[in-house]
Amino acid sequence: MLTFTIRRLVLAIPTLLIISLVIFLLLQLAPGDPMAQVPLTVPPEVKEKMREALGLGQPLHIQFWKWLVQMFWVEPKVLIDWLTRDSWMFGWLPDTALYQDELRVISWQTRSPVFDIVVQRLPQTLWVVGMSYVVGILIALPIGIYSAYRQYSLFDQAGTFITMIGFSIPPFFTGPLLIVIFSVQLGWFPFIYDTTHEVVDWDTFVYQLKQMIMPVMVLALQTTAQISRFMRASVLDNLNQDYVRTARAKGLGEAVVVMIHVLRNSMIPVVTVIALGVPGIFGGAIITEVVFSVNGIGQLLITALFANDLPMVMTITFMFAVLIVMFNLIADILYGVLDPRIRYD
Amino acid sequence: MTDPTPNPNTPLNALRDQDIARPPRSQWRDVWDQFKHHKGALLGGGFLLFVTLAVLFGEYIWQVDPTQLDIRNKDIRPIFSAIWDSDAKVSWAHPLGSDNLGRDHLAQIIAGGRASMAVGWAAMLLTMLIGTTIGVLAGFFKRLDGPLMRFTDLVLSLPILPLMLVAVTLFRQPLRASFGPETGMFILIVAVIGVTSWMQTARIVRGDVLALKEREFVLAARASGTTGRGIIFRHLLPNVLSPIMVSATLGLATAIITESALSFLGVGFPSDFPTWGKMLADAVPRMQEYPERVMLPGIMISLTVLSVNYLGDGLRDALDPRIRGR
Repeated sequence: MLTFTIRRLVLAIPTLLIISLVIFLLLQLAPGDPMAQVPLTVPPEVKEKMREALGLGQPLHIQFWKWLVQMFWVEPKVLIDWLTRDSWMFGWLPDTALYQDELRVISWQTRSPVFDIVVQRLPQTLWVVGMSYVVGILIALPIGIYSAYRQYSLFDQAGTFITMIGFSIPPFFTGPLLIVIFSVQLGWFPFIYDTTHEVVDWDTFVYQLKQMIMPVMVLALQTTAQISRFMRASVLDNLNQDYVRTARAKGLGEAVVVMIHVLRNSMIPVVTVIALGVPGIFGGAIITEVVFSVNGIGQLLITALFANDLPMVMTITFMFAVLIVMFNLIADILYGVLDPRIRYD
Repeated sequence: MTDPTPNPNTPLNALRDQDIARPPRSQWRDVWDQFKHHKGALLGGGFLLFVTLAVLFGEYIWQVDPTQLDIRNKDIRPIFSAIWDSDAKVSWAHPLGSDNLGRDHLAQIIAGGRASMAVGWAAMLLTMLIGTTIGVLAGFFKRLDGPLMRFTDLVLSLPILPLMLVAVTLFRQPLRASFGPETGMFILIVAVIGVTSWMQTARIVRGDVLALKEREFVLAARASGTTGRGIIFRHLLPNVLSPIMVSATLGLATAIITESALSFLGVGFPSDFPTWGKMLADAVPRMQEYPERVMLPGIMISLTVLSVNYLGDGLRDALDPRIRGR
């Protein structure tokens, strides 16, 4: 298992390098000009100087190499410095002071390091996305188990229909739909996510809950639809196994049989599906963030795209790629750990 | 009594079949018989057919130009809002109302549906073409299997939605310049969806081809001198048709949703060219006053995708010979 993990980790490096190259080349091939917004009165030679200041004058391989160096050498140094200086976990260590004013990945829009902005935006996305994933899974698992246990019952039919709807209604429709119903008609929840809101007492906490409910529900609907289908199929597979008959024959109650024997075995494939779905839900969050005006990562990506801010786009897209590769790896390892029949070596 | 009467008990007649032999049932008839039992799939297929016909021929029945501005008749509510609100501004000239520039909503839905469905079908066909080609090549030729599957894995780990947004935003201008605003965008969106969603089909087709390749009929074909090309087109492709059809329905649903999502995020077709996703996005800022403008295109997208999904569900059951006949 350990060798497998190490081998996969090593294999992930060339994969990520190729992915970053693909993203880089795609961005370079594109004819968008970051100088398009500069007024026409600026003379061409000044414009040329501005382009060079952005690092655009250099050949492609040097630009790519510089991005790699900034991403994998300079930024980790900044991270380690921050860990040893400000964080509560490693703050007791001496300040490493590795970062010596090298050039970091700089956003062309704001002229500040991309990662500073990403760190500001990350909590909103993580709260909404993470919360919705947890809520979605918590709803999906009982639905999946019960519809498998009572296969073809009314509950199962209704569950099938609702998951079909969950698959079919896109988040950019459920979002406005919820806003029309709950914000406009009923007036229960605010329809703009206020990120400057701070939780200090009970009332602000309630407000935070209220503003999170709708984006979380929109994202959770997608998760619920997928995971409950998998859970149902997996439980159905296990209910017909011999060990279930044995458990019943030796007199165990239905609750024990289903909730302990069957559940544990049917969770194995579902756990990997849950791990595999994490990157997808981040992608889906892009649309939800636009609908509810959450200023998270997805919204940052969209605004950076429209402003031709290539370093920002490159970095965020690469972060999505890292998420995908990482969770694929986690899913594979989890599968091997949970199911003793799977041996990778 | 001289001429012999035919005796039914002679050995030869007893061997003969008494009733007339019927022609054997074809596979597609079996599939259709099974498909008929799936109510949701029938409804879904019917609705998909209706929508396709409506967006194709709707403009000949409802002859209103969807881009015609009529500022005097702006902000008309749909006709059914008169049921609960007698003061609502309704008009039979605009049964589904008109928008803030007086463009007729029904005509826009028809025109927008045509764009969405065209993108959906074209992108689905492209996806199937790429996926089947790569899947068959990887499954049939051992040398290509490794590289092609590594390539598939690599594409699977690309962040699709961000890359799509990047590609559509950045390549918009040159394609618009060379093919015109609408055709250029159509080519771009179809290409982007096709290039980013073939992977599942390729994997399914490869797996099936790998299994089929070892079967006796392929060996027999090879022994009788059929070329590799002949084996692929005559023997393998017809046998992988059913998984391809099932993933084609899924591909159609995804393509419609993706096109609408791109339009919704504002990177789709030009602003005067209606699509369902774009109509939805345009209506969001004023949905407090006119919620129906969000609802109508949204319901159209959702119902179309729902019907395609049900159709795929029914097809999967009907095309699986293990389930069929039960």
